[in-house]
Amino acid sequence: MSGPQARQSILDAVRGALDVKDDDTARKLTVQKRLKSHPANLVPERAKATGNARLKLFTDMLEGQSAEVSRAKSVNDIPEIITAYLRENNLPAELRTGSDELLGHIPWDKAPTLTRHFGRGQGDDAVTMSRARTAAAETGTLFLTSGEENPTTLNFLPDTHIAVIRAKDILGSYEDAWNALRKVYGARTLPRTVNLVSGPSRTADIEQIIVMGAHGPRRLHVIIVG
Amino acid sequence: MKPQSRAFKTSATQALTNEPLQRALGGIKYGFVANRARARANLPEFDQLRDEARDVKEHTLAHLDLYLEEYEKKVTQSGGHIHWAPTATDARDAILKICRDAGARTVTKGKTMVGEEIAINDHLEDAGIRPVETDLGEYLIQIRKEPPSHIIAPAIHLTKDQVEADFRHTHTSLPYDRVLEEPVQLVAEARKVLREQFLAADVGITGANLLIAETGSSVIVTNEGNGDLTQCLPRVHIVIASIEKIVPTLEDANTILRVLARSATGQEFSTYTTFSTGPKRPGDPDGPEEYHVVLLDNGRTEMLGSEFHDMLRCIRCGACMNHCPVYGAVGGHAYGWVYPGPMGAVLAPSLIGIDEAGHLPNASTFCGRCEAVCPMRIPLPKMMRHWREREYEKGNTPARYKLGMKLWAFAAKRPRLYQALTGLAMPLLARFGKRSGRFRTLPLAGGWTRHRDLPAPQGKTFQQLWREREARP
Repeated sequence: MSGPQARQSILDAVRGALDVKDDDTARKLTVQKRLKSHPANLVPERAKATGNARLKLFTDMLEGQSAEVSRAKSVNDIPEIITAYLRENNLPAELRTGSDELLGHIPWDKAPTLTRHFGRGQGDDAVTMSRARTAAAETGTLFLTSGEENPTTLNFLPDTHIAVIRAKDILGSYEDAWNALRKVYGARTLPRTVNLVSGPSRTADIEQIIVMGAHGPRRLHVIIVG
Repeated sequence: MKPQSRAFKTSATQALTNEPLQRALGGIKYGFVANRARARANLPEFDQLRDEARDVKEHTLAHLDLYLEEYEKKVTQSGGHIHWAPTATDARDAILKICRDAGARTVTKGKTMVGEEIAINDHLEDAGIRPVETDLGEYLIQIRKEPPSHIIAPAIHLTKDQVEADFRHTHTSLPYDRVLEEPVQLVAEARKVLREQFLAADVGITGANLLIAETGSSVIVTNEGNGDLTQCLPRVHIVIASIEKIVPTLEDANTILRVLARSATGQEFSTYTTFSTGPKRPGDPDGPEEYHVVLLDNGRTEMLGSEFHDMLRCIRCGACMNHCPVYGAVGGHAYGWVYPGPMGAVLAPSLIGIDEAGHLPNASTFCGRCEAVCPMRIPLPKMMRHWREREYEKGNTPARYKLGMKLWAFAAKRPRLYQALTGLAMPLLARFGKRSGRFRTLPLAGGWTRHRDLPAPQGKTFQQLWREREARP
């Protein structure tokens, strides 16, 4: 069975099991209200941290999940942080980014040896860089949104992924982060992909031993700006 | 896969003497169990979140028809397609048609238990399309042509030596003298081999941990990132999900996600949680051109409102099997189908029938640990009991068991007779067992004493002791 007939058969079976009719306005109202007001359920106390305590929680959580975190006073510091990081880890002096505005404000000429490529991720990318739109400190989780600014493939194909986030975009809870995205994209709308990233790729599928870099990046380096 | 659950007893007996399996299972309590306990201790609100997660799902199930309609509306608005599939056959047909229309030769797959349930790999292979599992554990068992033995760690029954042998056997184009001793080398090899598959695939199939009515999004949770490469690289993305995966809002998703990883692997949060909504948008440099969701019923609507209704809250974290003494002793393959452990013992009879899976609800000591750790507070032992009752009503219980139960019931319903019989038996057993304090063999109790000794009773019945204690001043 397929098409409208299959659809009707499943919906009829659900209504039959629940013993309801499809014209019950009270039920419809309940559903519409919940979707419109999207009330928050319990938010853990730790997600309510503010200021430096929040930044510390965000950093501790990411480091606890094997990510590295560094701090830049402004975008002007970023070229130096990146060149030093690539040198220390014996990585090539090139990286790929999207067209993100914040990344565009980085004074790239301060890192003359560094080559910057653009566009979507490639299968052999060594290092990529993207900007996280927002983040939830409660578990050190970045929210990366798809688009020309920050192609999704940059988050998964490289060996090393560098993510930049402004300190003021780091919020407490997942609820705060979704509300920030709702402000940008509108009610009941998300970009094609939202990646919640909390560390580098890993697997424990062989004898429950954790190995980094299963299919995604082996390293995640987060730079907090401001 | 064809269910093998009828052979549970034989398979379980074999599993107990399978040495590599026993070694692999021994690791669970230091891994999953210890990690979950730590994650729970790190979040004071954890148990309260479990109550809320249960309530979210109950609210959703009570309005399931309406949330499905809302979800469909949003998926369609974002340019995606919904395929309603009342049965496994309908789902297989829909997926094959999409793959054929896309001219697909290779299909990469993220981990999907529903995909296992409908045996989609066999169906694609029969049609000349090559499915490639990309979750490392799923890849390992695909090479071995085995079903998963755990819902989140499908290859938990394997040791690294077995994996090395399989890789040498399968990846024949690589030099034979390469070093493959440690997991890190094995993982690096799998990464390299599968990277080529990701880039070459025409279609990517993933499951969904959640579907969101508010936005029309599908959510996958992984640690490897394989699910993401599966859904952002090929031209076509197919999501396969059963209808009870839906939640109303992003906030409701948060609540369930807060208990999911902590219950499953003991992580604060999985590495990657991805929300996908429709195909790529104008200007997007990556993402699929087509986005399809196959919505599967396959027995769920029959569970809705029945005594197995609570099982529809299950989020497939695996905590019940990690904490189950029976699963811990025999592993997942003994259960003979896709879903093992306590959740499988309830779900399998619902999906493939009690005739096929009748042994599974009996494979429980009713210790209750599964219910105690379930993030969705599903009363698993109670539902296994319901299945046992149904099995009894259907007359599937062997005559021997029935006779025993009838004799016991006859005595239990007659308290005087019961007390007289036990009053005679206890002192007798106590006298015979006095020397060693235990019986190595006992008439009529061979099923027990073949594997362990039976402690000898002290000489008095519980009721006698109770009366004595009551009589004391």
